[in-house]
This record gives sequence, structure tokens and C-alpha cells, in this order.
Amino acid sequence: MGLDLRIPVGTLFAVIGVLLAIYGGATLGEPGTAPTGVPIDLVWGLVLVVFGIAMLALARRARRTAKPDAEHRPRVP
Amino acid sequence: MTTLHGIDYAVMLLYFGFVLGIGVMLRRYVRTSEDFFLSGRSIPAWVTGLAFISANLGAQEVIGMGASGAKYGIATSHFYWIGAIPAMVFVGLFMMPFYYGSRARSVPEYLKLRFDEKTRGLNAIAFAVMTVFSSGISLYAMGKLLNLLLGWSFDLSILVAAGIVLAYIFLGGLTSAIYNEVLQFFLIVFGFAPLVFLGLRDVGGWAGLADRLAGVATANGYAPGAYTHSWRFMGSAAANPVGVEWFGLVMGLGFVLSFGYWCTDFLVVQRAMAANSMTAARRTPLIAAVPKMLFPFLVIVPGMLALVVSSTSSVRQPGPAAVTAPTTSPATPPASGLVPPKRDARSGEPLRDARGRVVLDYDLATPMMLVHFFPAGLLGLGLTALLASFMSGMAGNVTAFNTVWTYDLYQSYVRPGAPDAHYLAMGRFATVFGVAISVAAAYVAASFNNIMDFLQLVFAFVNAPLFATFALGMFWKRATGHGAFTGLLAGTLAAAIHHGLSLPAGAAVGVKGGYLGIATTYPSELAQTFWTAIAAWLTCFGVTIAVSLATRPRPPEELRGLVYGLTAKPTDDVSRWYERPAALALLVLAGAVVLNVIFF
Repeated sequence: MGLDLRIPVGTLFAVIGVLLAIYGGATLGEPGTAPTGVPIDLVWGLVLVVFGIAMLALARRARRTAKPDAEHRPRVP
Repeated sequence: MTTLHGIDYAVMLLYFGFVLGIGVMLRRYVRTSEDFFLSGRSIPAWVTGLAFISANLGAQEVIGMGASGAKYGIATSHFYWIGAIPAMVFVGLFMMPFYYGSRARSVPEYLKLRFDEKTRGLNAIAFAVMTVFSSGISLYAMGKLLNLLLGWSFDLSILVAAGIVLAYIFLGGLTSAIYNEVLQFFLIVFGFAPLVFLGLRDVGGWAGLADRLAGVATANGYAPGAYTHSWRFMGSAAANPVGVEWFGLVMGLGFVLSFGYWCTDFLVVQRAMAANSMTAARRTPLIAAVPKMLFPFLVIVPGMLALVVSSTSSVRQPGPAAVTAPTTSPATPPASGLVPPKRDARSGEPLRDARGRVVLDYDLATPMMLVHFFPAGLLGLGLTALLASFMSGMAGNVTAFNTVWTYDLYQSYVRPGAPDAHYLAMGRFATVFGVAISVAAAYVAASFNNIMDFLQLVFAFVNAPLFATFALGMFWKRATGHGAFTGLLAGTLAAAIHHGLSLPAGAAVGVKGGYLGIATTYPSELAQTFWTAIAAWLTCFGVTIAVSLATRPRPPEELRGLVYGLTAKPTDDVSRWYERPAALALLVLAGAVVLNVIFF
């Protein structure tokens, strides 16, 4: 299939991650934002950003090293 | 009722936008019916592998496994570590060569190639009915849950979710469903992982959880470790909350139900059939098994936590965004942790069982955890993950339904020999009416305490005899079409008779069993389900063999590629050792053994 799935997956998680991290950063210290003491929006937002970027990087690497027919057989990340 | 913030809606809308976008982008790749129903057999193994479990990761998994976690504790992991994993290894190593190698386009079509038309017809009709029904249950559960948690309109929630699923399958067919299932898989993982993290932190880790569950166990009359050990109390049915002993568990769940589901259900097998090579098809369930064996931590542990997290120690401060659980009215009797009691629909009073104890609404265990622990922002992600699970489960059913309807029913019985474009159009049309029937089924969905128990019951009637048919069909060349057909009918009948003659303790005669008279009672519904499955399997196995021996077998040359011993062994087209199906299978099985030992 001509669409590398890692691109939409990576983009979605990177965007959600950025949103969460910004929101978490902006509401830092407000009551109810840090269950069990962890500012979870900020922390988890950053985790999602890292995952999203890793997915995009894998897709980019696959495209760079791809032979013309290789898009039909993306490598297992 | 929980109030959502703009950030929560933003996350949800982003997700909706992406799933629809994937459908739109894939539209141009759908030119033939094979593209629409089988993704042109072009998808890499890691994608089909994740879709393989994601299609199964519907409401019955996320909500049902959380519910079972609260009800039975870590013993629920048997659905994975003794149930799904061995079955997934078996289908990958031994059955996929026949499914993929025969070039059948569906599981019922394999039955036609191997046996005959009537066996295919029986399976196709039963399967089509079951998929739309499952999809309807999924929708019903979603509508009810969103209404309860967020006050959203039941009708609107159902129509929007069904509309989105319809749109992306209509546009991109199976590829679109599979791609979105992978997206949904990651959402579910990332949406629920923080729940487990925060929940365990709150109760003091696994040790803290075990401590608190010991109290729950003794209060319910079990040994202190009954909720945190999966095998130790399986010696007798009375000693564990599942209410089943090890033999019924291993045979009923581990062998009959799990092999029946994972090895014969077209819903999951279809994902592997879309793979781009035989090796990729065989690796699909094996790759799927890796995350699958870790899922108990993601979906069962939140349910266990819900039972012991104190609702008063809420991490949320009172304020405009405060979450009010439906349990916190002053007249409410003390609930177990966050799990609210089930209430009478009219009076609003908590329901009580025959022994006067309050019946808990276990299906709310995981959702209550979400609204208890997640602040605005993460709550949007968690709810989106929940929505994703409903949608991926529904999409799996709808794509399996439209394929079986178009190839096995419409092309076989209604209009054979039409041009391919006609079947492609029919596939799109079937997607529309499959979704429409699901919506209708959602409105008539049953009122069971635990969705999982109910679905297992349906699987027991329809799927349990199936594995006997497939095992004999694939590994015994003497099995005949008459044998298979009679065996399937006899197996399903045996399931109904066994269910009708037995009753779980404390249940009323009716939909729970006993409608033919009560010959035996079981300590729990699950025990009854497992034994019903065993009865169905044994009957089908015996009858198929007996009738096959009495009827004329097909000549061996007609069975090439369909039966073990008459089919060349598949060769692996991968270079690295860990990519080989056999090596992967050993790693997966070793992992399952280790997990069983750790939680013994």
C-alpha cells in the first residue's frame, strides 16, 4: 500500500503530545492537575511527543533507504 | 457527571479527523473487490499483527476485562496467558498455511474448499449474524457509557460513532479498517498506560494492591491471595472468585473457547489474510501475541485497582471540574472502591443478589478509574482511547461482515458470476447495511451484568464446535463435508442442551440457563460457559468423526493445499532468525510461561 502508516500515527501522537504538554505546562500547580503528585499532562504529553517523533523518524529512514519497490514491504520497526 | 474541557474535545476531534483522513487517503487504492475485502494482500506483518489484536480490542476487551478484573482479580489473565497466546501461536504456525495458502478469501470459503457448500453456508450465516450482533453490543455499551459518564445523548453518540466507522470503511475498505485499528491500538495503549501508572502509585504499587485486595478476598470468603494469584487457588472451584477448577479452565477456556475464537474467527483471521506473503501471514498472530500477553496489565489491572482505590482519597479537588461519581449521593450504601452498585432502572435503588449483597456494576470499573484519576487533557486522551476501542471493535465486525456477506452469501447464493465492479459496489452497500443493522441491534442489546460473560456464551454456542471442525478438516484428510456439517449442528445443539440443563449458583432460570430443567449447578457463570463449550466441542468432534467414517471421502488430489500431509511445508522468506515463525512462536510461548509463573 502506498501510504506509510507510521506517518499519520506519528503525526497524530506528536500533535496530541504537544497539546497536552502545553496545556499541562500552562495549568501547572492548579488544583487537580497532579494526581498522586505527578503533573501527568505535561509528563505524558512529552512521552507522546517522543513516540510521535520516533514513528516519523522511522518512516523517514524507511523512505530514504527504500529501493523503488520497497514501499510495498516496509521494515518491521 | 463529568465535565469536559476544550482540550479534551480537541484531542477527540483530532482523532476523528485522522481516522477519517486515513479513509480518504486510502480511497484511491481501492480499485477491485480484492483491494476492498483483502487489502490486495499487500500489508506488512507488523501492521496486520497490530490490527489482529486491535480488531479484537473492542468494548468487550477494555470494559469487559476491567470488569472481570474487578470481579475475579488477576485470574482474569487466564483469558490471555492460557487462552489467547497458545491459540495465537497455533493459528500462526499450523493453520495459516491452509488459510493463506488455499487463497480462500474468507474462513467460510475455506470450509467450502475443504468440505462443501452447506458447511460454508451454515458457518457464513451464523458468522454474519454474530458479527452484526457483537457490533451492536459494542455500540450499545458505548452509548450507555457516554450517557452515564458525560451526559451525552445515547442516540447521538451511537450515530456519530457508527457514522465515522461507516465512512472510513466505505472509503478505504479493509485497508482503512486495518490502518485505523493500528492507530487505535496505539491510542488505547497510550490512553490506558497512565491509568495503570497513577492507580498503582496511589495504592503503593503491586504490593499495596495485593495488600488491599487481600481484605476484599477475605470479606468475600476466599483466602487472602485469591485475587492476586492466577493459579494457586485453582485446585477447587470454591476456592477462587472465578468459580472454576483448573481442568475446566484449561480445557474450556484454554483449549476450546480460545482456539475456537482465535483460530477460526474470520474477524481476526481476515487481518492475517491481508498480509503480503505467507511468512507475513504466519507471523501476524505471533507478532500480535507479544503485546497481547502484556495487555492484562493494561486492561485487567485498572479493574482490580477500581475495587480498592478509595473514592474519598480523590486526586481531584472539589471545584467546577470535580467529578461526581454516580455513587456519591448520601443514601448510597458503601460501594467497593470506585465500583458503583448496579441500580434498579426505575426506582434507582441498588440491586441485591439472592443472598442480600449489593450487586456491583463491574462494567463501570475502568470508566470510573478514568474519571477518578485523569485531569482535563489526559481525560480527553483516555476517553478517546475508550472511543477508539469501541470503534476498532465495531470496524473489525463490519469488515468481516461485509466480506462474508458479499463473497459467501451474495456471490454464492444471490448473484454469482457478476463482474468484479458489482461485488465491489455490493461490499460498499453491505458496509452501509451492516452498520445499520448494528445500530438496530444496539437498541435491542441485552442487559447483562458483564458483557464478557455474555459474549463468551455466544462464542460457546457458535464457535466452540467450530474448532473441532477445523482441526479435523486441516489435520485429518478422511473428514468429509457431511461429517463436518452434522458435527457443527450437533455441537451447537449440545451447547444449547448443556446450557439449558445447567444453572450458575444464585441465577434465575431463563437466559442464564436451566430452561430445560436443572440437572447441575455451577459455582459461576464462567464455569457454566466453559463446560458448555467443552460439551459442544466433544460432541462436534465425535459426531464429525463418526459421520465422516460412514460417508465417502474426497479424493486426496482435490485436497491439496487444504489438508496437512497433502500440502507442501511453507518456506520462510525472512533472513534473520527471530523473524522466522517458529522462533517467534518459541519466544512468545516462553514469555507466556514466565508470566504464568510470576503470577502463579
